Amino acid sequence: MSALLEVRNLSVSVDDKAILRGVDLTVNAGEVHAIMGPNGSGKSTLAQVLAGRETFHVTGGDVRYGGRDLLALSPEERAREGVFLAFQYPVEIPGVSNVYLLKAAVNSVRRHRGLPELDAMDFLAQIRGKIKLMDMRDELLYRAVNEGFSGGEKKRNEILQMALLEPRLAILDETDSGLDIDALQVVANGINTLRSPERAMIVVTHYQRLLDYVVPDFVHVLSQGRIVKSGGKDLALELERRGYGWLDDPSTARAISP
Amino acid sequence: MTTPATRLDDLISREYRHGFVSDVEADALPRGLSEDVIRLISAKKNEPPFMLEWRLAAYRHWRTMTEPNWSSVHHPPIDYQDIIYYSAPKSQKNGPKSLDEVDPELLRVYDKLGVPLRERELLAGVAVDAVFDSVSVGTTFKAKLGELGIVFCSFSEAVQEHPELVQQYLGSVVPYTDNFFAALNSAVFSDGSFCYIPRGVRCPMELSTYFRINAKDTGQFERTLIIADEGAYVSYLEGCTAPMRDENQLHAAVVELVALEGAQIKYSTVQNWYPGDKEGRGGIYNFVTKRGDCRGNDSRISWTQVETGSAITWKYPSCILRGDNSVGEFYSVALTNNYQQADTGTKMIHIGRNTKSTIVSKGISAGRGQNAYRGLVKILKSADGARNYSQCDSLLLGDRCGAHTFPYIEVKNATAKVEHEASTSRIGEDQLFYCRQRGLSTEDAVSMIVNGFCKEVFKELPMEFAVEAQKLLGVSLEGSVG
Repeated sequence: MSALLEVRNLSVSVDDKAILRGVDLTVNAGEVHAIMGPNGSGKSTLAQVLAGRETFHVTGGDVRYGGRDLLALSPEERAREGVFLAFQYPVEIPGVSNVYLLKAAVNSVRRHRGLPELDAMDFLAQIRGKIKLMDMRDELLYRAVNEGFSGGEKKRNEILQMALLEPRLAILDETDSGLDIDALQVVANGINTLRSPERAMIVVTHYQRLLDYVVPDFVHVLSQGRIVKSGGKDLALELERRGYGWLDDPSTARAISP
Repeated sequence: MTTPATRLDDLISREYRHGFVSDVEADALPRGLSEDVIRLISAKKNEPPFMLEWRLAAYRHWRTMTEPNWSSVHHPPIDYQDIIYYSAPKSQKNGPKSLDEVDPELLRVYDKLGVPLRERELLAGVAVDAVFDSVSVGTTFKAKLGELGIVFCSFSEAVQEHPELVQQYLGSVVPYTDNFFAALNSAVFSDGSFCYIPRGVRCPMELSTYFRINAKDTGQFERTLIIADEGAYVSYLEGCTAPMRDENQLHAAVVELVALEGAQIKYSTVQNWYPGDKEGRGGIYNFVTKRGDCRGNDSRISWTQVETGSAITWKYPSCILRGDNSVGEFYSVALTNNYQQADTGTKMIHIGRNTKSTIVSKGISAGRGQNAYRGLVKILKSADGARNYSQCDSLLLGDRCGAHTFPYIEVKNATAKVEHEASTSRIGEDQLFYCRQRGLSTEDAVSMIVNGFCKEVFKELPMEFAVEAQKLLGVSLEGSVG
């Protein structure tokens, strides 16, 4: 069986500055991969490039998604094919109600899959259960997208969208940042509920904290645009203990490499 | 990957959908303007002497005036002697008695525009006074309105049937001395709509006109007069589209509203004249004078406009708040794309005590469009307790367009409260990417974001019009990304 996502030697730059310098990553359906690394290592760039952000320039390598060339698809095509990015900084869209965007998103994915569009009643019925899961107030559905949402509400809203869109590949970009412990548990619980053998997740995070709740199958450390180390969930604990500094030191890094 | 700038260009390049010239024979005067031409127009329309005198007085005054140059719009000089001042579709000479008698070609034009008279009449319950070129071709629901004493007809018909009302109110809100274009309109206006709602009557349906420029080089000089007598209510819709054409065309309409004590007039416009092509060639010059007079106490006038068309829009729907406790409102969305220019806003003149006005203006600029809000809030000495709230927001799509705000505030009464808020924002690549990552196409995303920006204005439009306005905005913008 071929992998859901295969990233081969991916190089990316922005304004002629190289951010990713040959990233390799293979993700199979059902797996949860954590991408960790210090600030500026390229974690968010990787997440956004996979989602199709056009401000980044792919200078080399390729990405296969379900056997197809992912980089040839527009952001909306990727979304409709099941690639979902939970944003680190969800944007505000004044005057557009949250429920309107959610319904437009769900229906664009349904159209693509050849399913009939949901009307307002069906959609609300579907959203009710999910909004409870995320411990969100109904009122947030009718407010403008992310406008006046607290940091925690924005992140819950992202996971709510993920729950509605049922992606095959979910990329969570620092979903834990800015969350207090209660919100973190709600968000983690939402993520865990969505774990399934058909769905893969890439969890980008700076800290080990989220991984206490969302236990990854694999942990990768990104540093200076490359994956410098991969391992199981214990690697995250080791990073928590030792920091990232030792990975940049060639002698220690080599010393502990298998 | 493409850069945002090239995508923007691709997307802006949507052609005007209503561009076609229908093949209807026109009965037109020769080009140019003189007292003889005005006498001829008046004679063709079989007008009573007071009308001719008024037209001639306007013409003589107009000749002493010069074109205003204070606005921020630019255009080559207009040759007023190269315009045909009267044109009527030939087949209308004897006037149709009903829609069945209307030239089928005219009806087809409306069908193409998506405003089928028949369907509107039957389905929407809207009485339509459709202006095709300069003569009204169909007036519906007249009988039903007549039972309530409501007069809704073409201006020409009002001159024949209700000359006393016309004489009493014509020019009482916008005198012919008001400005260059209003003077020109007063001299040569060919037709328009007239509406009178008697005392205490609430008009049971939205009244509607559709304007259209068709015959080549024909200036359009519409005149609309709406009077709501004491305690009356009317909601009036005006919408326009025009066929594609290379030469610029002048449109100088005048709209006068009179609200007597306790009366309310809601006037909504969706304006979609031909805006010119992508290079800025052609398009309508729209120089309009619209003003409402809250003449009686406790009266209310609301202007809601969605301006997406015209090469140039020069338009300031205003309210004179004469009566105590009267209320004036102005809700506006103005969109400019390619080389379109809009200089639009409002004037709120507070004269009566405890008068209130609200201004919500949303300007959207894309391509090389230039959008200016120009508004005057004037509180006179007599206006104790007057209040105004103004909000002017601009949205930019791309980096070659412009937004300008010129608020003028004159307060002569210390008890007045005047608030003004303004903002300028840009559709961010962030917002677009967010929506696209959720599966929306770029066009749907832009349309959604812009509609969100305009929400406060759209909610003031009657439902069916709001839907039309949203679609129109989508069509006009199909295309513009920041």
